[in-house]
Formats: sequence, C-alpha cells, structure tokens
Amino acid sequence: MARIGVFVCWCGSNIAGTVDVKKVAEEVSKLPYVVYSTDYKYMCSDPGQNMIKEAIKEHRLTGVVVSACSPRMHEVTFRRTVQEEGVNPYMMEMANIREHCSWVHDDMEEATEKAIELVRMAVAKAVELEPMEKIEVPVTKRALVIGGGIAGIQAALDIADGGVEVILVEKSPSIGGKMSQLDETFPTLDCSQCILTPKMVDAAQHPNIKIYSYAELEELDGFIGNFQARIRQKARSVDMELCNGCGDCWNKCPQKKIPSEFEAGMSDRAAIYVPFPQAIPNTPVIDRENCIYFQSGKCGVCAKICPTGAISYDQSDEFITEEVGAVVVATGYDLFNTDVIGEYGYGEIPDVISGLQFERLSSASGPTEGKIVRPSDGKKPEEVAFICCVGSRDDKYGRPYCSRICCMYTAKHAILLHHKSHGSQAYVFYIDVRAGGKGYEEFLRRATEEEGAIYMRGRVSRLYRDNGKVVVKGADTLSGAQIELHCDMVVLANGITASPGAEELARKLSISYDEYGFYSEAHPKLRPVETNTAGIYLAGCCQAPKDIPDSVSQASAAASKVLALFSGDFLTREPNIAEVNPFTCTGCFTCREVCPYDAIDEEEVTVHIDGKKVTRTIARVNLGKCQGCGICCAVCRSNAINLKGTKDLQIFRQIKAFTGSEKEKSDEPVGSKK
Amino acid sequence: MADAETTAKTKKKADRTGFEPHIIGFLCNWCTYAGADLAGTSRIGYPTNIKAVRVPCSGRVDAMYVINALKNGADGVLVSGCHPGDCHYNQGNYYARRRFMILREIFSAMGINPERLQMSWCSAAEGAKWAQIVAQVTEKIRELGPFEGI
Ligand SMILES: Cc1cc2nc3c(=O)[nH]c(=O)nc-3n(C[C@H](O)[C@H](O)[C@H](O)COP(=O)(O)OP(=O)(O)OC[C@H]3O[C@@H](n4cnc5c(N)ncnc54)[C@H](O)[C@@H]3O)c2cc1C
Ligand code: SF4
Ligand code: SF4
Ligand code: FES
Repeated sequence: MARIGVFVCWCGSNIAGTVDVKKVAEEVSKLPYVVYSTDYKYMCSDPGQNMIKEAIKEHRLTGVVVSACSPRMHEVTFRRTVQEEGVNPYMMEMANIREHCSWVHDDMEEATEKAIELVRMAVAKAVELEPMEKIEVPVTKRALVIGGGIAGIQAALDIADGGVEVILVEKSPSIGGKMSQLDETFPTLDCSQCILTPKMVDAAQHPNIKIYSYAELEELDGFIGNFQARIRQKARSVDMELCNGCGDCWNKCPQKKIPSEFEAGMSDRAAIYVPFPQAIPNTPVIDRENCIYFQSGKCGVCAKICPTGAISYDQSDEFITEEVGAVVVATGYDLFNTDVIGEYGYGEIPDVISGLQFERLSSASGPTEGKIVRPSDGKKPEEVAFICCVGSRDDKYGRPYCSRICCMYTAKHAILLHHKSHGSQAYVFYIDVRAGGKGYEEFLRRATEEEGAIYMRGRVSRLYRDNGKVVVKGADTLSGAQIELHCDMVVLANGITASPGAEELARKLSISYDEYGFYSEAHPKLRPVETNTAGIYLAGCCQAPKDIPDSVSQASAAASKVLALFSGDFLTREPNIAEVNPFTCTGCFTCREVCPYDAIDEEEVTVHIDGKKVTRTIARVNLGKCQGCGICCAVCRSNAINLKGTKDLQIFRQIKAFTGSEKEKSDEPVGSKK
Repeated sequence: MADAETTAKTKKKADRTGFEPHIIGFLCNWCTYAGADLAGTSRIGYPTNIKAVRVPCSGRVDAMYVINALKNGADGVLVSGCHPGDCHYNQGNYYARRRFMILREIFSAMGINPERLQMSWCSAAEGAKWAQIVAQVTEKIRELGPFEGI
C-alpha cells in the first residue's frame, strides 16, 4: 500500500496570505493513502526539509507530495530531500499552489478550494508513481566539429587542448572560412590573415585534431555520447601523401579561366588549385566540372608534370565512419545574393561590387595587391558610395533581421579607403548605424570624424551607369532632399544569410532552425550554445549573424560544454523516457513515424503462440536518443508505449481526482499500488 | 487585457451567481506551464476554474485524456502548448493540433459541442496571455453550461 505524506508550504505569506494552508493540510489528510499531512512556513528551508525527512522515517512514507511553489522552481530540491531519506527521488510530486494559485487569486475561500483540488490531484498521481533510476550511458570521448571557419577552428583547438580528440570536417578544400578572405578587421584593424593563419597551423599540427577537408557529413546516427558520423571525403584527385605542394600543376594547368571563389570572383584560378597560398591543407584539388581531362578525356598536363606522381584521376569519394560523443556545428554563413536586387545592377555594372569583393581589393594578398581600383578600368576611384542594409532589415527580400556586422564592416571599408586610396571620398548610405560592440561606437566615430567619411541616412533606390560613372539615386531621409551622386565605385554591404545546405544538414543532425535557416539554440538566453538535440552544440554564424569576437566566444563556450560532457565516463540522464510493453506492441511502428528524435529501434522477440515459436519485430525505445516528449504514446494504437513519469494511468488518476469523484477516505481506494 | 484582469481579480466568489465550470488544462511543461508560472510571478489574476496538469508536450496529450476528463465530470478541457514552430520537441504541437481538430469534429458528430475542447498556444514569456486565455476559456465554457455527459 502506498503511504503518502503531504507537506503544505506557507511560503511566508506568499501562499498563506491567500490560501488557508491549515485547512488544505486537514482536508487532504482525509484522502485515501494519505497517512500524514502537515504545513510549515518554509518547506524548502533546512527545518522544512528535515520535517519531511522525519515524517518519512516516522510514518514509513513511500511517497511525498510537496504542495508549494512551481515544480520548475523546487522539484530538484525536494527530490533530493526524499532521496536523502532513502525514498526514490521520483516518488516526490509537487502541487503548484503558489504560481498557479495564491499569486493569481485573491479570494481566500476560492483559492483554498483550488489549492485543495491541486493537492488532491498531486496525491492521486503520487499514488501511482514508480521508482525510477537515472539512465547511465557510456560516453565516447571524441568530438566532431563541422565547419572549419574561425568558430570551428576555435572550438576544435579548445576541445583538443582539453585532451580530447577532435574530428574537424570542412566542406571546402581549405579550412579558414570567411575570415581568411578579410583584409583588416574592425574595430582594431588588425590583419585578418595574420591572426587567423597561426590558428589554422595550430589546428593542423595539433596531435588531437584530425582534419578532413573537402569533406562533408553524410549521416549522423546515434545519440549523445554515442554518435556515429559517416563522412564523405570527396575525391581530391590528388594524393595527399605524395603531394608536396610545389604548385607546378596549377601553374601549368591550361584551364585558368575559372572565377576564384576565394577572390570573390575578382580574379581567376586554374582547374587544379589551392584556394589561397596559406591554405590548410596545402594540397590542391581538381575541380572536376571545369577540368579538361574530366570533361573530354584529353589534357592530363598536371599528371605529366607532377614531380611526385601525386595526381590521381581515378580517385573516388571515400566514406569514413568516426565514433564521437558530441558534435559542434560551426558551418557559418553565406552572403545575401544581390543579383536579385535588379535596381542595383550588381553583376551588370562592373563597378558595383560586394563587401567581400572590397575586402579582396583592399587585401595585400588580393588580386590587386591591396590597391583599391575600379574593376572596370583599373583606375583609382575618387568617390565611392557604400550602401548598408542590402538584403537586411528588408521584408521585401524576406529578411527582416539585422545582419549585425555590415554597419561595422562598412565603417571599416570607409576607413580602409581613406588609408589606401589617398584623397578618395567615402559616402555611406545607411538606415540606422548599429555599433553595439566593444569599441564599435568609437570606431564609427573615427570613420566620420577622423577619416572623413560622409554618412547619409536613406535607402538608395537605384544605381545606373552614366558616362563611366555609377549614379546613385536615393533620398536623404533626414533633410528630405533627393540625392543623385555620381560615383566611381559602389560597394554593397550585403547581409548575412544561412550557409548553403544549412537545412539539409539540420535534418541530418535532427536539430531545428528558424525561418531563415539559422540553427536554433535550446534557449535564447540561458542555453545559447546547445541545440534541442542533446550532445549537439552551436558556434559562430550558423546560429545567427555575428562578428569574429562573438563567433570565437561562442566557439569556446561550445567547447567547454563538450569538455564538461566528457568529464565523466558515463552520462546520466533523467529517466522520464518512453517504454514499450513487449507483450502488447504489435510492431506497427507508428511511434517511429512521429518520434522527432528517431528514438524507436527495432527489436526481435520470440514468443510462444499455441505452442509454436513465433519471432516478431517490435518497437524498443533507444535510451540515449529518447527525449521524453511522449508524442509516441499518444499515437500508439495498442497503448503499448508509455512515458515514464507521465504515464497514462497517472494522468487518468489526476483527472479523476480533479473532478472530485474520489474525495473521501470512505471511497474505493484509487490506487492499484500495494 | 486589463479588463479581463480586473474582472477576474475583483469578481469574488460571493458576487458570482450560477454555474462555475470545472475545466482541466493540459499544459506543456516548456511553454504554457512556464507561462502560467510567469502569470503567477507577475501576479496577474485570473479565475480559479482551470486546474493544470503538467505534461511534457502538448503532443503527449492523448485524445483519451480529453474524453476521460469530460466523462469524469469536467465541463471543458484546455490543451495548451508552445506556439507553432516553437515546440521544445520540434513538432509535438503540430501533432496535437491535428489530433484535436479531428477530435473536435468527432465531438460534433457525436452531438458534443466541440467548443468543450479548447486549444491555445502560449509561450513561457506570455504570462498575461495565459491569464487572458483562462478568462476567455472559462467564460466560453460557462456559456456552454454544465456538461451533461457523453
Ligand atoms: C565583408 C565582410 C567583412 C567582415 N569584416 C569583419 C571584421 O572586420 N571584423 C569581424 O569581427 N567580423 C567581420 N566579418 C564577419 C566574419 O566574417 C564572421 O564573423 C566570421 O567569419 C564567422 O565565422 P564562422 O566560423 O562562424 O563562419 P565562416 O567563416 O562562414 O566559416 C564556416 C565554415 O564552415 C564551412 N562549412 C559550411 N557548411 C559546411 C558543411 N555542411 N560541412 C562542412 N563545412 C561546412 C565553410 O566552408 C566555412 O569554412 C565580416 C564579414 C564580411 C562578409
Ligand atoms: S509501441 Fe505502439 S506504435 Fe510503436 S510499434 Fe509498438 S504498437 Fe506500434
Ligand atoms: S517519448 Fe518522444 S523522443 Fe521518446 S520515443 Fe517517444 S516520441 Fe521519441
Ligand atoms: S513542448 Fe510545448 S508543445 Fe511541445
């Protein structure tokens, strides 16, 4: 027989001011199975908790109902209390008579009546509670980092420094991400390459880091602590072991007219290439779509010329499976495609360029060796217009959000123009300037006050060519004047969008994303680097647009989460997960269809029917994957799957108790518990 | 909002006449239950008629719970979860929405007023909205009168 003790808390006057706690304690003492009930000023205090412990001893309680604040506040506290007295922690149930009662009602009689009902429901559930044990799952102490931009590199380095092996998977031929393409960086103007390349080298040389570049995640199986990552190593067509990076191949390759991705199309590369001289690894890949040999079977120059015989045309994609315990997703971002804004003529007017192209123009390692010139004629631009919020904060393009970095990189561009192209004038068209980071406002002031940039508030309506110039038409919304500015070059501060393939990757990982394709954190404030799938963390711009300092901070935070996860040999998880009754499960697998976490496995069972052995396939819940949502339970046609801690019977008891159909002790006992 | 709030706060049991509905609310732990907690912390008053049962997700709520509640003397049932797209378990509330739309149709066919089953979305940040939901749902069920049985 269940023996329940009920403890009604006053919470000072928070509860006792509105609820007649004495009456509650007295009324519920009449309920079936309640062998003890009392009230006290502060149940969560030391004396309060001791009262519970004493009562457990004295009245041999098997279950406890604490009628106090929200379980979201103190469930953990009281579970620990009963556990300390040898009662299973999951035999404690709370009735929320503060947040859901005393704080929202002010008529004492009504509030007391409701409190009694709430406690009655909690008692009914408590009678049906079952002891549960936390689930222990072993942990594979290796991490997978997806994406090798600054965020991925930082996360990999931090985890590796913590003594854990890291698999870093990067889609493109080299790690480095967007930061490798930048010139100097706001707000300090330190050179991006100079601070990034040493980190890239550290990652490559770290004994705990294994880099797969030109590779992608094909599939992720398993669950927290126990993932299996299937990685597709795309065929480089070059043997990594043999290649020494001499560069003969790309110098001699006859196919040289392919717009370079790294140079944002500002110069060309060969069909066999490393994206940039500091690339890691420094082994080229053959871009098969543009390679003459792969397209027509002729050529073969690189194979003939390679001094080490590293070219391997018949390489094919390889698949590798790596066991890992945690995943950090750091797949970064893409830039808003300005082609869709017809009025700006991007792609048609050669002197209208993107922010990233400006970075390449300004970079000493770029196609012009850092000379800022017009793409159309190579001349120095005297007047340059910068347009902010291109594709950001614009419902027309389905992007109401602020891209966060464009205001700052535009200010940086204006400064760089002033530094590198003496006498040139920068005009900045903005909507609002957002300079919220450390040192940002000062940086912006420097652009306008010291470096002579002229800021004008307004959206540009049209760009067109006239006599070798680009005409900027728009309105200055502060003065109301119409503006027509004849410039030599226009730089569009295109906004940030989710990285290509973000949604597909999210599906492979079972993580959620917002309507723009950015990955969703588990809680916007309190769990900013976790996803809703246990064991998968986020870093950098894949979660939302951010600058380098924020990307790095989030990466280090994700790394510390991974290291904390790996600090024990086992993971303990809450036991409230689904459970299949093998006798009633028919093997229809409706549950598998609805489970958001792919947590339903198959199990073969042998049963005897009429003396014959029959093997059946039924459902089994995967302890690691199940998150305890209970969606499966509501769809199972044979009622064969139930959620521990929220079982059907427990709910039915609550429903019955609520309507008061079992108020008095004289009633039939409600519980089936012995 | 202010109206519902003040009426709820000032309307003492003694002033009320007639039928007080019994309503059971199945509240998802991550959004509505937390939203109801917030109504408490912010001391936003509402009627006492709804008693909450905490479930992990609105998708956990079996159609049988609703039927069982009505069968056992509830006059109305409220299922409330996270806003579409915000379910802690990604899509639980979509399943709930579909399930209860169908159940409401079945109710109609059986001659039970489908309004006995109410659904709402309320986030953890919407304490005031929770108070409003309770006031509205209570009013709705009060209008329908006592449930006479299935
Ligand atoms: C024009 C411009 C100027 C900027 N200037 C500054 C500045 O001065 N200061 C500053 O702080 N910030 C600046 N930024 C912002 C900065 O670029 C970002 O904050 C930073 O690059 C974010 O790093 P990340 O690692 O999150 O993303 P990324 O740099 O985008 O790296 C993501 C990596 O993941 C890889 N990847 C993508 N998908 C997959 C996949 N499915 N599988 C495997 N790998 C994948 C990509 O190839 C890439 O290497 C600027 C941005 C722009 C556009
Ligand atoms: S648990 Fe239920 S839904 Fe899942 S396979 Fe078994 S019978 Fe089907
Ligand atoms: S409770 Fe949720 S996560 Fe667990 S098996 Fe059922 S549907 Fe999947
Ligand atoms: S968790 Fe709130 S509806 Fe699913």
